[in-house]
Amino acid sequence: MDSTLTNLIKALRVADVPVSIGESIDALKTVAITGYDDRQFLKDSLATVMAKSEEEKATFNRLFDLYFSRTIDPNFIPDEEPGNGEPQSDEERAENLLQMIQSGDGTGLAMAMERAGQEVGVENIQFSTQTGYLARRMLDEMGLRQLEERMIALYRENTEDASTEAAELNEARSELLGQAREFVGRQFEVYGEAATERFLEDYLERSRLTDIGRHDMDRMRRLVSRMAKRLASKHSRRRKLKNRGTLDIRKTMRANAGYDGVPFETKWRQKKRDKAKVVAICDVSQSVANYSRFLLMLLYSLNEVIPEIRSFAFSARLLEISDDLESLDIDDAIKKILKEAGFGSTDYGQALSDLRVNSWDAIDRRTTVIMLGDGRSNYGDPRIDIMRELHDQAKRVIWLCPEYPTLWGTGDSEIPRFAPFCHLMRPCSTVKDLERVIDDILRSYE
Amino acid sequence: MADKNVKDLGTVEQITEGLGSVGYISTQQISTALYIAQNLRKPILIEGPAGVGKTDLAQSTAKYTELPLIRLQCYEGLDEGKALYEWKYGKQLLYTQILKEKLHDILGDADSLSSSLDKLHDFDDLFFSEGFLEPRPLLTALRQKEGAVLLIDEIDKSDEEFEAFLLEILSEYQVTIPELGTVKSDVPPLVLLTSNNTREIGDALKRRCLHLYIGFPEEKRERQIVQARVPGISETLLAQLVSFVQQLREQDLKKLPSISETVDWARVLLLMHADKVEPELVRSTMNVLLKFETDIQSVDNKIVEMTKIANGERMRRSQQQ
Repeated sequence: MDSTLTNLIKALRVADVPVSIGESIDALKTVAITGYDDRQFLKDSLATVMAKSEEEKATFNRLFDLYFSRTIDPNFIPDEEPGNGEPQSDEERAENLLQMIQSGDGTGLAMAMERAGQEVGVENIQFSTQTGYLARRMLDEMGLRQLEERMIALYRENTEDASTEAAELNEARSELLGQAREFVGRQFEVYGEAATERFLEDYLERSRLTDIGRHDMDRMRRLVSRMAKRLASKHSRRRKLKNRGTLDIRKTMRANAGYDGVPFETKWRQKKRDKAKVVAICDVSQSVANYSRFLLMLLYSLNEVIPEIRSFAFSARLLEISDDLESLDIDDAIKKILKEAGFGSTDYGQALSDLRVNSWDAIDRRTTVIMLGDGRSNYGDPRIDIMRELHDQAKRVIWLCPEYPTLWGTGDSEIPRFAPFCHLMRPCSTVKDLERVIDDILRSYE
Repeated sequence: MADKNVKDLGTVEQITEGLGSVGYISTQQISTALYIAQNLRKPILIEGPAGVGKTDLAQSTAKYTELPLIRLQCYEGLDEGKALYEWKYGKQLLYTQILKEKLHDILGDADSLSSSLDKLHDFDDLFFSEGFLEPRPLLTALRQKEGAVLLIDEIDKSDEEFEAFLLEILSEYQVTIPELGTVKSDVPPLVLLTSNNTREIGDALKRRCLHLYIGFPEEKRERQIVQARVPGISETLLAQLVSFVQQLREQDLKKLPSISETVDWARVLLLMHADKVEPELVRSTMNVLLKFETDIQSVDNKIVEMTKIANGERMRRSQQQ
C-alpha cells in the first residue's frame, strides 16, 4: 500500500478516528478511482470512506489539510521508498547536501528531508518536547554531521577564504535546523497532538476532581459530555429491548373464536419496562466549591441522556434547576445556578425539608435519587427522619461523596448518619468513578 | 462491478447536473459520495439534522437514474418479517382449510400411515413456494432486474438486531431464505440509509457504509433550493427570507429550522403576497419556522434586528450592483 495513504490512516487512528482494515482497503480503492491530482475531490471521497461521524469528519478535514500542506508535491513520496537503490555513503550524502545548499535547491532539500523523516520515524512523535531531538536525528541522517566536521576543519584552517566558507556553511546549517524543526513540528501536529491530548485526558480521568484546575475545565467538559454520550448510547439501546416473539395463546384463541378456532390472527406477548426516573440533588455550597462546578457539568450531561430527570441544587434552600439545565447552554447554566444557589453555608436539613414540602411528588417507587455532596452540614440538624422517609419511598437512594471514606464522620460530616438510609454510599472523586456509578444506576432499570 | 450497473450515474459533474435537473440542488460532497458509492458498490449512510433533504436525495437519485425507488421506513420493533419477506400466513391457512375437504380424496387409496405421509410430503413444498411468499422492501429491491434505489429511512429508529440483520444484505447484496435458498441480486441496488442520530449506529454497519453528512446549507445553496421549490418567488423576498433563516440558525434554539421549514415559510409568505420580510409578518408566521413555544419566545425580541439585517444586506448588495 502506498505510504502516503498509510501515513494518513495512521495519523487518523492516533486522532481517534478508528479506520478499520476494511476501510483502509476501501480508501485504497477510492484513491485508485480519484487519484491524487484533484485535492478537493480526493478529500471529499476519502471523507466518505474513512470518517464516519460528524466529529470524525471534522478531525479528518483538519488532518487532511495539515497532512497535504507539505512543501512538496506528495506525489513524489509513494515511489520514493526509503532505502531504495544503493545506500549512499555518509560522504556522498554530505556532498549531496552541500550541493543542494549551495545551489539553493529547495525542492531537493524538502524531499531529502521527507526521506530522512521516514528513516528516523518522525511519524511516531508523541510529545512536542521530542521536536529538537527528532530534528537533529533527521539532519544527521541527511549528513549534517559530516558537514559540521568540514565546517570545523575550515575554521581551524584559519585562512580568509576558509573562514568565509565556514561562515556560509554555518548559516546554511542554522537554516537547515530551522527547517527541520518546522518539519517535525508539522508532523507533530498531524501525528502527535492527538496522542498528547489523549494522554492528558487519561490523566484527567484518573485525577481527583477537586485537584482539577480551571485551565482544564474545557477539556473536562469534553470528557464529561463524551462520557454522558457513551452511557446514553449504551443504555438507551438496552431500554428499548422488548420481549418479543412469544405467542400469547389466550389472546390468540379469544381473537380467533369467530373463525372456528383457526388461528388467522396471531397475538404476541409484549413486556413493559420501567423508564428510568432520576432525581438528582446536588450540593453546591462553600465546602464543595471545587467540586460542584464539575457535578453540575455532570448533571447537565445526564439531563441530555436520561429522559426523565429532575435536578435540584442547594446550599441551604433547595432550588429546582431542571429548567436551567434544559434551556441554557452549559456555561450559562452553571454560572446561573452557582449564582443563585451556590457558595452559601451548607444546611442539609433545610434542603431535605424543602424537598419534603415542595417536591415530594417527584419521589415514587420508580425513582432513583442521587445525592451529590460531602454531607457536611455545619452541625445543624440533618433531618435524618426525612432521609429515612426518602429511603422508604424511592426505589434507590445513592450518595456520591467527593471525600475519601477515612474523612467520613470527622468534624461536621454527617455521612455515617445518612449512610444507613442510602442503598449505596460511595466515594466518588474521579471521572472514572462517576462513570462506573452512573452505569450501575442506569443498568438497574434493565 | 460498475459494468454490471445498467444505469450509470456518470461523473461527479454529471451527477450534480442530473440531480439539478430533477430539482435537487447537490453539493460537491453529496455528488462525490454518490460517485464513490457507485464505483465501490457500497451503501451510503447519510446523517444530518431533520429536514435537510436526506430522504429527498434518495428520491431525486431514483428520479435521475429512472430506477424504481424502494423505501423501507424503520421504526422500533421492525423485524425481518416486515423488512424482507413473510409467508402469507392467512393464505396458507385458507388453503389448508379448503384442502381439508379434499384430504380424503388424496389419502383415499393409501392403506398405511407411511404411504399417506409420503403423499402429504408432496404438499409442504407447495405451501412454502413463491405463491405464498410476500416480498417486503428489501427482497423486492434485490429482485429488481434493472437495479433500484433502496432507501432505508431512519435506520436509527430500528433496533440493534435489525442493524445486524442488514449486514448480509448490505455487503453481499444477497439474502438467505431457509425454505427457498439464497437470493442474490443481478444488479445490486444503490442503497441509501438515513439517520437522524437519535442513537449511535453500530460500528459494524458504519464500516460497511460510506458516510455522508448533510448539514444546514449555506446561504447561496439555500437560495437555490428555495428557488427550485417555490418557483414564483421574487428575488428580493428570496434573499431576505433566506438571510433571516440563516441568522435564526445562529441563535440558541431547541430545534433549528431546516430547509424544509424555509421552503414552507417561503410558500406561506408567497401566499400572503409579501414582497419583503417585515417584523410583523415574521411574528405572525414564526410558527412555521420554529416548532417550540419557548424557541418562538426566545427570538421574539430579536426579530426586528434580524429583519433589519436581512433587508440591509439586500440593500447593500443592490447598491454594489
